[in-house]
Amino acid sequence: MDMTKDQSVYEKNAALLGSDPVLELENLRVFYGDYMAVQNINIPIPEKKITAFIGPSGCGKSTVLRSINRMNDLISGAQVQGEVRFRGEDLYEDDIDPVEVRRQIGMVFQKPNPFPKSIYDNIAYGPRLVGMRDKAKLDKIVENSLRGAVLWDEVNTTLDKSGYALSGGQQQRLCIARTIATEPDVILMDEPCSSLDPIATKRIEDLMRELSDQYTIVIVTHNMQQAMRVSDYTAFFSVRKAKLDDGSETRWGELVEFNETTKLFEDPDNQETADYISGRFG
Amino acid sequence: MGNEPNNQNHEPDELKNKANGLESPLMEERRRAEEESSEVKLDKNVLREQLLPRGKAYRENLKQRKKRGAVWGRLYFAANVVAILALLALAYNIANSAFGYVIFENEVEPAALSSQPLEELDADGLGAILLENTAPRLRVIIRNRLSRVENSEYTSAPLSEVLRGRQFPDGADDLTINDLEDQDYINILKDNLSVRTLRGIVVDEVVQPEIVESWSLMDSIFNRGEIEARFQERQAQAEETNLSLEFYSWLRPEFITDSVASSPTEAGLRTALLGSMWVILVTFVFAFPVGVGAALYLEEYATGDNWFERIIETNIRNLAGVPSIIYGMLGLAVFVRALGFITSGEFLGITDSNGRTVVSAGLTLGLLILPVIIINGQEAIRAVPSSIRQASYGLGATKWQTIWRQILPASIPGILTGVILSMSRAVGETAPLIVVGASTFIGIDPNGPFSKFTVVPIQIYQWTARPEAEFRNIAAAAIIVLLILLVLLNGTAILLRNRFSKFKV
Repeated sequence: MDMTKDQSVYEKNAALLGSDPVLELENLRVFYGDYMAVQNINIPIPEKKITAFIGPSGCGKSTVLRSINRMNDLISGAQVQGEVRFRGEDLYEDDIDPVEVRRQIGMVFQKPNPFPKSIYDNIAYGPRLVGMRDKAKLDKIVENSLRGAVLWDEVNTTLDKSGYALSGGQQQRLCIARTIATEPDVILMDEPCSSLDPIATKRIEDLMRELSDQYTIVIVTHNMQQAMRVSDYTAFFSVRKAKLDDGSETRWGELVEFNETTKLFEDPDNQETADYISGRFG
Repeated sequence: MGNEPNNQNHEPDELKNKANGLESPLMEERRRAEEESSEVKLDKNVLREQLLPRGKAYRENLKQRKKRGAVWGRLYFAANVVAILALLALAYNIANSAFGYVIFENEVEPAALSSQPLEELDADGLGAILLENTAPRLRVIIRNRLSRVENSEYTSAPLSEVLRGRQFPDGADDLTINDLEDQDYINILKDNLSVRTLRGIVVDEVVQPEIVESWSLMDSIFNRGEIEARFQERQAQAEETNLSLEFYSWLRPEFITDSVASSPTEAGLRTALLGSMWVILVTFVFAFPVGVGAALYLEEYATGDNWFERIIETNIRNLAGVPSIIYGMLGLAVFVRALGFITSGEFLGITDSNGRTVVSAGLTLGLLILPVIIINGQEAIRAVPSSIRQASYGLGATKWQTIWRQILPASIPGILTGVILSMSRAVGETAPLIVVGASTFIGIDPNGPFSKFTVVPIQIYQWTARPEAEFRNIAAAAIIVLLILLVLLNGTAILLRNRFSKFKV
């Protein structure tokens, strides 16, 4: 990526936004033990907008996403260099509690993963973690969250049934409802539709657009059409390879281009991006 | 079996490779052909032969394969049959000994005692029989059934002590038992005991049935005529005709509620049953929390990449296979000897035991089943999908909250299965308890963790070792009680497990 002398990549990307970013990833690198998984990540995440991460398999999109709410801490040997700032605070400062980070920055996973509990208890889990016991308040939160995830009309009579009794698409919306029940600032979504059929996918996409009025959303997706349909900004990652001294090959992911979604898909600045979105590689 | 898919895939691949070597018009033609229909249309005849092999050689091969499959199928079925036959043989053996015809010889015929059958008499009638037939024994009966003091003080202590809390004649507080009349004894018995118990006393003390001969269940069913002939013969021989032939169940309510005795018709399982329950309680209280805690540590906290944790893991796996008698020796050395001060209850001021107590036995059995509980628990915890952990952490749960609210509830059914299986093993364990020092003949009920005790399997062993054949009958009855205890334990576990696994993953 070309660099102008007086402006860093991050500053250049941040200048694309009309407002101050909520999250700033600057010169981010993630290691698993000695292995470097990604580097040169410079992405500003705008508030109450949807930002999509796209790129071929193994380019480190999910790794970057998981380093935003410190889920990588759970993998032994994972290590983050560079900065992840959330409203100006570096999330990897020593005195930051990852538990608090995850309460502010919620996450929806690739496969729907409801808890083996009732629908009600699934939603109430987050609020109960912070000590909420008031039944009336919990009822209200459960209803609002399910309404927020456009699931209320389908499940309001079966709140005591297992979350696993729902269809795949409903389960994923339950997981989204569960996340918004904790009232996070940012919602990270790691390929939330990859295990769903097209109709369920459409509903989740509609839901994301609705939620973006209130929440900042970051979504990782394999599906370029999806990125095009839902996101406001898109970051394109690619895989880099190098030969090590001992002859073996190492691969890592890098950010290739960050841009407004329409710009990136219609008139990308970078030739590699253009090749990828036109299906010439990856 | 692995051959056919290979055959199918391999050959067309070669053809494809050949096609790739040709010029592009052929390729295009092929693609068009593929688009036209989903069938592969290269050389039709060759391909068909390779896609769906047929012909004589192939049929032979198929026949062989099906034959081999059938042989294995029959072998697996035979394994099941063997297991079921073994179970049936066990059930047959036990039932054969626990029920059957018995000839009783009564010292006094019940008909001679009263015009009414014993079953219809009330307390007064039974009291009258006792007064008439066994007056000199009444004090002993009261001592055995109602006394609150040591036998040595029985005749000297005042009644207010001897019969503390019982019904006895007004104004007799300062008298001793010897100061009373026979009628007073009868009244004391009538006031303090139920009619059923009184009837039992009449049978034991007056009728005094004794077993002359007994038969197994199979004999009782199939050789009825022979048994009756034998009975007639004996009746003819006897001078008085106070013999009776009865179909007798050695397993009866009194068998569970009575304590040990020297006669097989009077011996009961109560002491051993209570002992087993106490021991199993201590075992559970010790092994469950420790085992689950260890499993949680190994799965959730230990990283598994240092030598210390690897040694722990390996050791636990090896300990699961150590013979139980070795645990008995460990228990003897550690709990009975080294920690005798604690396990005897001496530190609480209990002085009448010597470390060979319920606590020592429970802890020994706890150690014995701990490895199994840990290994089972680890597997149950590992079976909780990591997606659940991720989701919990993702919602801002701490490690403790994740373990306590997600991992434990999701794995508790599996953990309980392991616990119950190993508890069942502990209930039936004999060898380590003999080493630890379970009493083999004991008539005093265990009343706490620091009492001496015996357990059901040891009692069974002790009865089978007796020379009198009738003790083997009550051993069979005791085995049935033990099996029922196990079924109850397992049933409780299954109920609990179903309760906890209301929402399955």
